[in-house]
Amino acid sequence: MEEKRDVLFGKTLKQLEEVVKKLGLPRFTAAQIADWLYKKEVTSIEEMSNLSRDARGKLAARFDVGLSGPAKVQVSVDGTKKYLFRALNGKFIETAYIPERKRHTLCVSSQVGCKMGCLFCFTAKQGFQGNLSAGEILNQIRSLPESDLLTNIVYMGMGEPFDNLDGVMQSLEILTADFGFAMSPKRITVSTIGIVPAMKVFLEQSTCHLAVSLHSPFEEERRRLMPIEHVYSLNDVLEAIRSFPLGKQRRISFEYIVFKDLNHSPKHVKELARILNGIRCRINLLRFHPVPGTPLNAPDEETLVTFKTALESKGLVTTIRKSRGQDIYAACGLLSTKEQQPG
Amino acid sequence: MKALKQSTIISNLETAPGAYVLSFPRSFAFVPGQVIGIAMKPDEKPRLYSIASGNQEALVRILYTVKPGGKLTPGLARLQAGDVIYTSEPFGGFICGAEKAVWVATGTGIAPFASMFYSGLSVNKVLIHGNRFASGLYFLDDFLQVMGNRYVPSCTREAVEGIYHGRVLKYLSELEQLDPLVKYYLCGSAEMVVDVRDLLIERGVPFENVVAEIFF
Repeated sequence: MEEKRDVLFGKTLKQLEEVVKKLGLPRFTAAQIADWLYKKEVTSIEEMSNLSRDARGKLAARFDVGLSGPAKVQVSVDGTKKYLFRALNGKFIETAYIPERKRHTLCVSSQVGCKMGCLFCFTAKQGFQGNLSAGEILNQIRSLPESDLLTNIVYMGMGEPFDNLDGVMQSLEILTADFGFAMSPKRITVSTIGIVPAMKVFLEQSTCHLAVSLHSPFEEERRRLMPIEHVYSLNDVLEAIRSFPLGKQRRISFEYIVFKDLNHSPKHVKELARILNGIRCRINLLRFHPVPGTPLNAPDEETLVTFKTALESKGLVTTIRKSRGQDIYAACGLLSTKEQQPG
Repeated sequence: MKALKQSTIISNLETAPGAYVLSFPRSFAFVPGQVIGIAMKPDEKPRLYSIASGNQEALVRILYTVKPGGKLTPGLARLQAGDVIYTSEPFGGFICGAEKAVWVATGTGIAPFASMFYSGLSVNKVLIHGNRFASGLYFLDDFLQVMGNRYVPSCTREAVEGIYHGRVLKYLSELEQLDPLVKYYLCGSAEMVVDVRDLLIERGVPFENVVAEIFF
């Protein structure tokens, strides 16, 4: 049987040093490879022209660079693009490119499918297929046609990033390290539903921003929307955040999808003010976009604005996130699910 | 999570191909449906497993399947009586009381319901458990003996007398009526949980009566 070939893209400098050591190449070759992979953006080992012919030969015998372009793209009238990249078992992952006047944000996936089963999420309907490697996460950034324009990266695509802690942390290291993409951690946000042990590791080992999916301040209500509440309660999540010194640069935000007649009452405002008291944070309100099969409905604009004003009156910094790409299956998981259905 | 505590294994038996029941002395109180973290070393990141034993039993039982290439289970399966593991305190809120309810599980997602069952909570319950093969219908004899026809075992890959042939989703969809007033507790693969939840909601069960557990 043919030996499965390994890929270079997505390896840290330390891992590249192990590679060159095994191949009997000088240690400095690792830094040269990292430079070609992450700064000079080559797509083949042959292009690494400052490596000896012998080194390139040894590398090419065992490794591929490991980049692959998007399989499909849909473009919204508002400029948002949703890319599909091939993943495991004939499935697809989604990557959303969201251009604004000064910001160009990429929303990347961290898993193929998702285990978390949130009631409002369409990715959950695909079940869970597997974790993306650091290389597969970073490939969504590097292989994007708009790669050079990107200013911000958000881990808010398919999957729960902290259920793939190793892959996500490795990708963050490469994104922010000098040997890698050298991006500022202030330009990167990782979003979680609150897997507490992994979130603590992230808070300790990374300086990127954190976003937590909140959606209800009440345990029972949140439990019905997000089964994770059974395992790690919002209380545990907030306690972990409170116990961690965040500094002035790091931002904590709470994502709050507003559902019609469900989670925007004065009672919710009061409880949010109570539980978030003392945490320097902001709340991002998102209008729910119904996905097939959910019993939840979208609120109207007035509801969103009223809720925002009420939260602000309690001293909570609140924004309403603009809905983007509604004409291209923008809700996470919709497009990739559609793509893998028989035609 | 607090520091992990050392526990000595009493038994670690293969109950079906690739599926094991590990037991160790109970040194804590827990609520049926809760999970514990298990690691093979004190400084390792623990993996979460639902407790599968009753809350008054002397031993804690954990049901697990070996995941080839997994970080914990291949090693865990090699452990024997007298070896040690490291466990967290129990936690989690996938909890069901004495009220009437329907429990739906696939694979090792049966564990929290087994814990509820062995804790005496099965009186008003219907339990539907699916697996690919009959050998994966863990604790079947005990469920049958106590719950009788309130226990519905199902298999997708083999036809066995007395066992429903098909997915739990199909079984539920074939029921003429689904009581919208009782709670439905779901534990199993993400796909099953989401499919069954969609079906229940479509058939008129309010979503607040559907309680789903994460299956790590």
